[in-house]
Amino acid sequence: MMDDNYNFGFLDERTKKMIRRAMLKAVAIPGYQVPFGSREMPFAYGWGTGGVQVTASVIGRDDVLKVIDQGADDTTNAVNIRRFFARTTGVTTTEKTAQASIIQTRHRIPETALEEGQVIVFQVPMPEPLFRLEPRRRETITMHALAEYGLMNVKLYEDIAQLGAISRTYDYPVLVNERYLTSPSPIPKFDNPKMHMNPALQLFGAGREKRIYAIPPYTAVRSLDFEDHPFEVQRWDHACALCGAADSFLDEMIVDDEGSRLFVCSDSDYCGERRDAGYCGTQQAVHMPVNLLPLPLGEGRGEGREEGPRAEALAPTLSQKEREVIQ
Amino acid sequence: MNDDLLLSVRGAGKRFMQGNRLRWACRDVSFDLYPGEVLAVVGESGSGKSTLLRLLAARLACDEGSVHYDVRDEAGTAAAASAAGEAGLVDLAQLSEARLRWLARTDWGFVEQHARDGLRMNVSGGANIGERMMALGSRHYGKLRGQALSWMERVELDVDRIDDLPGTYSGGMQQRLQIARNLVTHPRLVFMDEPTTGLDVSVQARLLDLLRELVDQLQLAAVIVTHDLAVARLLAHRMLVMKDGQVVEQGLTDRVLDDPQHAYTQLLVSSVLTP
Repeated sequence: MMDDNYNFGFLDERTKKMIRRAMLKAVAIPGYQVPFGSREMPFAYGWGTGGVQVTASVIGRDDVLKVIDQGADDTTNAVNIRRFFARTTGVTTTEKTAQASIIQTRHRIPETALEEGQVIVFQVPMPEPLFRLEPRRRETITMHALAEYGLMNVKLYEDIAQLGAISRTYDYPVLVNERYLTSPSPIPKFDNPKMHMNPALQLFGAGREKRIYAIPPYTAVRSLDFEDHPFEVQRWDHACALCGAADSFLDEMIVDDEGSRLFVCSDSDYCGERRDAGYCGTQQAVHMPVNLLPLPLGEGRGEGREEGPRAEALAPTLSQKEREVIQ
Repeated sequence: MNDDLLLSVRGAGKRFMQGNRLRWACRDVSFDLYPGEVLAVVGESGSGKSTLLRLLAARLACDEGSVHYDVRDEAGTAAAASAAGEAGLVDLAQLSEARLRWLARTDWGFVEQHARDGLRMNVSGGANIGERMMALGSRHYGKLRGQALSWMERVELDVDRIDDLPGTYSGGMQQRLQIARNLVTHPRLVFMDEPTTGLDVSVQARLLDLLRELVDQLQLAAVIVTHDLAVARLLAHRMLVMKDGQVVEQGLTDRVLDDPQHAYTQLLVSSVLTP
């Protein structure tokens, strides 16, 4: 049911051609940030204008689109972008990871492994991983050109020295194809290993910063670390309360004022499929007295806290899943 | 003798546009520097000392003349460098930006007058010392920390302050940290721009003592810009007196200071206050 008042995919053909050209260059140089003429979109910056432009330029009439935000298909951002594409392209949309040919995402990579032929589009707020460390753009360009990435390790060193561990839990810098230092967008570092040798094409769009970059299928992606402080992903002591999954990224939600926490899969499609297959969790929140909680490890010390998937997971908005449990 | 020259400067000059007028900040500077030799550049404010230093460190490009440096290859052997067509003295203007940055990170040090310009103020002292090693690919936290600690000891900094930000250090400590940060890759040549200015005399004396010791231990060559003749007397083997962008006199430090030939040098030497 495409709205005929729009060109297919909202953008005009010349713009799509320009963006495709930038994407081709991005695929040819994995991890390299290609500047492009980002357009005004009918969204506010920060709502995925970069990702939307990338998706609008790769989408075809036969594509099946899935949009996720924080792993869930039913959050505001995901619903809006899915409706936007349903209206401007008329393509089929889905919530099933396996059925989608294009997945636009914010903050997560689906738990279900991606396959060849799928495209995953990331919405990126800040494409430059050296942004907080080196304010001069010209200097960061030189650093990328000469592959001088020691500075990123200085930051990680500082984390270990001050906090005992690398504190960065999302937007954890990676080296793509052993060459370009790249921001994986604010996905939790839990998802970083999924990028390595992924059979799907990974495209990244930053609308406000006007940059596109890509990780082609089967490209090496290495998370930076120290030899004696290797990269590690988050682990939870609990399983998902709904589906019992112990291997997925869990959202932690405070459900009362006595420290009870509900742990549920952040990927709603994965959780739903497991429940349909008969898996079942404890169905209840975990009581954690406040004095037993680990002290927060100052996530990035004020570095764009609002971008953290955890911060938003803790926001007092009840998702569909949570309401189901409480009832 | 010519073989082991480290730095050779021939007629180097730099000009700036001021309004519509061309002004030479320094001109016609020629000298040679050998490994392990310390050269002081003295002169009054505005005489072109700092511009000259920036020319030597390739932070500015020469407008005339040239600066040649004895470039080693990355493993430190001259043989491989000569195979790559970079045997012995190379004109810095011919080197790529990547090569220059590599030189500045490994073979050179640059101690700024204001420690804040030479330090990374938002990371701890330890990270400042480790930065060059991380830039060279060191990825072992324990070793980096060990190096940082041993260098802090060498420059007589309190090792308990390793995780403190340089902003919390005193001026003298910042200057020591800056020196440690530069020397950690064992450079052969260190440029210093008024390293003791702004420190009180007792701190100055200890810093000079430290510098003299390090220069001796590590066989460092150094070019020190200063307007303090006492610093030159203490540290330098030879000195260069500059006025209005020109070198008016050069020679062994003791000779220049005890028997100044040029009128300006005589004025300079006689202006020093003795308590």
